[in-house]
Amino acid sequence: MPHIEVHDVSLIYDTPAGRVVGVEHSSFDIEQSEFVCLVGPSGCGKSTLLNIIAGFLVPTAGEIRIGGKAITGHGMDRGIVFQDFAQLFPWRTARGNVAFGLEMKGVPAPERERIALEHLRLVKLEKFANAYPHHLSGGMQQRVAIARALAYNPSVLLMDEPFAALDALTRDDMQKLLADVWRETRKTVVYVTHNVAEAVYLADRVLVMTPHPGTVRCQVPIRLERPRDPLSAEFIEHQKELLRHLGGQAAAS
Amino acid sequence: MSTFADHTRSIRRAAVSLFLAAAAYESIARSGVFPPSLLPSLVAVAGALVDGVLDGSLPAHALATLYRVLMGVGLAIAFGLPLGILMGRFRPVESFFLPLASALMPIPSLAWVPVFILWLGLGNATAIGIVLYAALFPLLLNAWSGVRAVDPLWLRAGSAMGADERALFWKVILPGAFPFVIAGLRQAFLRAWIAVVGAEMLAASDWGLGWIIFDAKEFLRADVMLASLAVIGMIGFAFERLIFGSLERVTVLRWGMVRTAKR
Repeated sequence: MPHIEVHDVSLIYDTPAGRVVGVEHSSFDIEQSEFVCLVGPSGCGKSTLLNIIAGFLVPTAGEIRIGGKAITGHGMDRGIVFQDFAQLFPWRTARGNVAFGLEMKGVPAPERERIALEHLRLVKLEKFANAYPHHLSGGMQQRVAIARALAYNPSVLLMDEPFAALDALTRDDMQKLLADVWRETRKTVVYVTHNVAEAVYLADRVLVMTPHPGTVRCQVPIRLERPRDPLSAEFIEHQKELLRHLGGQAAAS
Repeated sequence: MSTFADHTRSIRRAAVSLFLAAAAYESIARSGVFPPSLLPSLVAVAGALVDGVLDGSLPAHALATLYRVLMGVGLAIAFGLPLGILMGRFRPVESFFLPLASALMPIPSLAWVPVFILWLGLGNATAIGIVLYAALFPLLLNAWSGVRAVDPLWLRAGSAMGADERALFWKVILPGAFPFVIAGLRQAFLRAWIAVVGAEMLAASDWGLGWIIFDAKEFLRADVMLASLAVIGMIGFAFERLIFGSLERVTVLRWGMVRTAKR
């Protein structure tokens, strides 16, 4: 049984200007421990779809099942990392941020500390456990956010363009780090991006989305050895393939 | 740069500003343009201050006033903060209380003094009631604004990590609104002093700094008036340094939610 089942999901917004279709009739499955990227131009509904899976938005039609159970709102089976660095709580240290979910779960304090530190170690920030977010760089803040989303041990990690606001060099490092974290934790990841190279670097499978209305146009499996070499011919071939799918839709619209 | 060096520098600057203000006053007082009974020199004011402290009357008056301020502000915090937060969080609470607050807010607290005297009589109850009235709205409005300024992303992140409404309130909304809450506390304290001194003058309760200022007018004791004003200033200074400044340093400044002024 697939870990995440997205079944015929649609979301229609009622705006003053009329009905706007955010996502239309999207269906796909994601296997346990699979890394899936949703790729598409801005406005294609990929973030909307992620927010539906996260439980922040309720679809107007269709259903999403995680581990066989239909979701109703957000839940601790999912961890979420947003694009904005401001997602961390400024009044909590890195460790305090990572421990938040555990606190909500009622995990006793010493255990919380231990798990929080363990996850900061996972993102190589154990030295900054007691730092407040405003003393950390953007990349470090996003690493804390990843640790925070994983610390309470959700089975699914949802990421909404988490590295889009970082400079190119930091982004490369973060992608490597995320690939390592994923290899170690084996979470099921749904990762939204508009960056084709990022998708080819990270994903087992890429879902290409098209706008007006937002729907999944096709799926491209990436069967490259990890760690992947972004300069290899196969890597670039996959990028070209994705760009063809995206470009085709640009020409059509 | 060490915080100790920063600290001594800020104390030095504070001393210079106070010294310059005192020097400006003293040069006018000693110029002979105004009679010393109306514009006494700082030495005379200091003398009145020392006399008042030595005979125990000034500390007793100051304590009476401080009691009213702290009681009134304490009650305003107890009512204003939770209500303001609820108003910022829940639309029905907002639409119920906001019109009421908007209508009551512009009424000067001192305009209520005669009404409060009728209802509560002369004395502490009236003075505390007036302080409560004056301090309530800054706290209410700042808490309300603070909650609405809480980054929605924090709420999303918090609820995604399993926070229920109660946990969100204590662990996300309250700290998130804290820069506004501190601003509200400062304003409430300031308004409380305006209100308490006025209330003491009008409600003539025999005790309090406002009352001695008013009383000294009968005896043409400008030095006593100014000594009492100086006590109010000193208490205000002490509160800013010891309470509000410290509160800010260990919270929002430390969290990077507000920044210090440039060096």
